[in-house]
Amino acid sequence: MSTTVILFTILSIGAIASGISLVTRRNPVSAAMSLIVHFFMLAGLYLTLQAQFVAIIQILVYAGAIMVLVIFVIMLLNLGKEENLTEKFSMRTTLALALGGLFVVQFLTAFLGKKTGMNALPEKSMSIGTTEGIGNVLFTQYLFPFEAISLLLLAAIVGSILLAKRKHEAS
Amino acid sequence: MIDLYIPLIIMVAVGGLFGLSNVILAEVLGPRRTKTKTKLSIYECGMEPITSARERFSVKFYMVAMLFILFDIEIVFMYPWAVQFKVLGTTGLIAMGLFMLLLFAGFIYVIKKGALKWD
Repeated sequence: MSTTVILFTILSIGAIASGISLVTRRNPVSAAMSLIVHFFMLAGLYLTLQAQFVAIIQILVYAGAIMVLVIFVIMLLNLGKEENLTEKFSMRTTLALALGGLFVVQFLTAFLGKKTGMNALPEKSMSIGTTEGIGNVLFTQYLFPFEAISLLLLAAIVGSILLAKRKHEAS
Repeated sequence: MIDLYIPLIIMVAVGGLFGLSNVILAEVLGPRRTKTKTKLSIYECGMEPITSARERFSVKFYMVAMLFILFDIEIVFMYPWAVQFKVLGTTGLIAMGLFMLLLFAGFIYVIKKGALKWD
């Protein structure tokens, strides 16, 4: 087995284990901690796929900034006793299980039918994921979407202040 | 190509082991005191020292966190630009300038609205 396969196996087992831990924890803060582990495992998986920039951004933005927001939602919502929130087997869980099972079946049919195996990445795709590669296309070919992002971020800044300030003044 | 990441893997492993070893060594080498509930409680006169940690937080914290994320994403886009600064040249500088200008307007708005003021 090559090192890539070994790394992929370790990282994907870690990702699945932390994902299961995320949905089964009773305490929302422990669930959030599992999510951090999951983000790190995903970052490692991106690295094995030669997407270095995305891997670093995964840690920088998701494990760093988005997790702050997740912890915040837990703190701001003030759920109190989480144990009371566990729901009984209901219509919704049945539907979720059915749809999830359907997804698994779809996945299995898509993958088991084909002859799988780790193909080496084509030479061209090796340089796409690097920071240099992204920089080259982002500022030439994808210049307009890039500039549009600044508008989107501006709208988000104004929106978050409008939402939070209104409540602040009312209290 | 995977050999390039061996230093990274070693760093993550050493970092993780260091944290883990500190916890284990402190448990093994540290003094063992009798731990009763009264001994472990915080000394405070007449007050119930332990309450729920889940209290409602001020929305001001949310604003700081939200703005942190937004400006964090702005910085993320500067990495590819900074790496390819010489290749992209003036065009890249103008593109980044326009990007920064729009977000700077947002920054001015944040400051003028007093969103980061802690009163």
